[in-house]
Amino acid sequence: MIARALRDAGMEVIYTGLRQTPEMIVNAALQEDVQVIGLSILSGAHNAIVPRVLELLHENKMDDVKLIIGGIVPDEDAEELKKQGVAAVFQPGASLDSIVQFIRGAVAAQ
Amino acid sequence: MKAAERQFTTISGVPIDPLYGPEHLQAIDWQHDIAAPGEFPYTRGIHRDMYRGKLWTMRQFSGFATPEETNRRYRYLLEQGQTGLSVAFDLPTLMGYDPDHPLSEGEVGKCGASVCSLEDMEILFREIPLGDVTVSMTINSPAAVLWAMYLAVAEQQGVDWARLSGTIQNDILKEYIAQKEYIFPPRPSMRLVTDTIEFGARHTPRFNPISISGYHIREAGSTAVQELAFTLRDGIEYVDWALERGLAIDEFAPRLSFFFNAHSDFFEEIAKYRAARKIWAYVMRDRYGAQSERSHKLRFHAQTAGCSLTWQQPYNNVVRTALQAMAAVLGGAQSLHTNSLDEAYALPSEHAVTIALRTQQVLAYETGVVDTPDPLGGSYFLESLTLESERAANEYIRRIDEMGGMIAAIEAGFPQREIAAASYRYQREVEAGERVIVGVNRFQSGGEPIELLLIDESAGRHQSEKLSHLRKRRSQARVDETLDALKRAAEGSANTMPFILDAVRAYATLGEICDALRTVFGTYQERTQL
Repeated sequence: MIARALRDAGMEVIYTGLRQTPEMIVNAALQEDVQVIGLSILSGAHNAIVPRVLELLHENKMDDVKLIIGGIVPDEDAEELKKQGVAAVFQPGASLDSIVQFIRGAVAAQ
Repeated sequence: MKAAERQFTTISGVPIDPLYGPEHLQAIDWQHDIAAPGEFPYTRGIHRDMYRGKLWTMRQFSGFATPEETNRRYRYLLEQGQTGLSVAFDLPTLMGYDPDHPLSEGEVGKCGASVCSLEDMEILFREIPLGDVTVSMTINSPAAVLWAMYLAVAEQQGVDWARLSGTIQNDILKEYIAQKEYIFPPRPSMRLVTDTIEFGARHTPRFNPISISGYHIREAGSTAVQELAFTLRDGIEYVDWALERGLAIDEFAPRLSFFFNAHSDFFEEIAKYRAARKIWAYVMRDRYGAQSERSHKLRFHAQTAGCSLTWQQPYNNVVRTALQAMAAVLGGAQSLHTNSLDEAYALPSEHAVTIALRTQQVLAYETGVVDTPDPLGGSYFLESLTLESERAANEYIRRIDEMGGMIAAIEAGFPQREIAAASYRYQREVEAGERVIVGVNRFQSGGEPIELLLIDESAGRHQSEKLSHLRKRRSQARVDETLDALKRAAEGSANTMPFILDAVRAYATLGEICDALRTVFGTYQERTQL
């Protein structure tokens, strides 16, 4: 749904599918030379997974790639993740438009 | 917008007339279309007395962190008046990985209980007499393995398998369609499901070896009609495979069970359940020639719609859940789970799940809706919607038949595309303000923070440590022996259940057993469709 909305908004979207490891995600991002990575995490594993993704981005000198998260993430965790370098956390009920607007703004600012 | 201009539709887009009256029912042949409760085609319910005789089972889906902690929650819920157990497993368990597998990192115990061995299953059911409590387990790809663990615990408790009552979800088709928790490709997976149906028919006559599900299809964004149609057509696919195996229809059909969503559009949901019973009764009798009444009767569990609950103003969710639960009860569900108010945040806190259970108890004991079967039967609106739901679902079933069946339809991406389109359309309606979600796109207000159930990495560490001790205690030789025998059985056409049971009794882990099956069956990669 997010991929479809972003595509409709004129963005090029690479959807890597489900059950990706942090390594697979960063690898795909590196190969496709993306500006933004969007992660959907519904299982509650964000505190373990996201820092690993940030670490890998750093190792690969990809700190300019914006990482955004969507899913079941409580406020305190969201604040903490943003401190660690996540550009935005979209919690349940966030509109497709708000995500589109954020990405446009974040990329334009680069 | 004035009433004359605005198009009224159900949440699924079915048009609603300004008024319903006797003229809407003129096409109805009462005996053919409706009949009495407990009478073919069971539109009004599968029993003559319904809840006057026995209430639905109050069965809260539950599980988190370690088997030890989950066992405590189960005993709490039973003490609070729940009448059946329902096991939620974590993502590693659902996907057939042990807690110490690299892919399990960060996931152990987060969205359900971590269970990777017979030892974990023993702990899960400590002090719970399996001969007296019905148990439903929400597990799909590795369902045969978890079921074998449950059967082995029953054995240890001295309970005859013929007494065991419960359900394994074990509905792999909806994984390809919606939930995406598949391991193996479709045909080997269907073989495993058929193995369990056959094993159940021979050894566990009171246990449902499958819960053919629409819940997840609906949660993925389908309409009510799609939920109804795809679920029943999945059922037809399972029946065809069991018949191909050589089972007689009445040997296994009585133990096929179903699982539907209880979503927000009140009358559409009640119509959906009534249409489901009617369609299935005719499919069983006329498509398959089933003679037994028990084969004709569609039994279902319902769960209120998780996807309808909001992160904003979470206390509103108590109201949503209550109304959805009422629809399920007026629709004649045999078993019900009510969601907790913190659905959009975390797994249920003890406080939230207690309110959810009390919701069912208020419904059962204070509202009077249980005092007569199908109390809304005869409503012009409801009977009209029931007929329309049936017609539209049968149309989908026919189309999927023409595609060559559900597996063919899945391989062609048909149900997946239908769901994606419905889901996107709905989201657009919400964002345009055409569909109001209270607290989200209208009537916003600030909220107080709520207390949440927090699960940290200690569950993962605990499970990994326990597992390493288990590996040291057990006989590796025996484990290897049983896994080899299982691989040979999987390569051939033997029923894999006895071999899985042997492996489980030797304390082979879930990951080890699934890896043995992965080497034989391979794994599935979906061609991603946008």
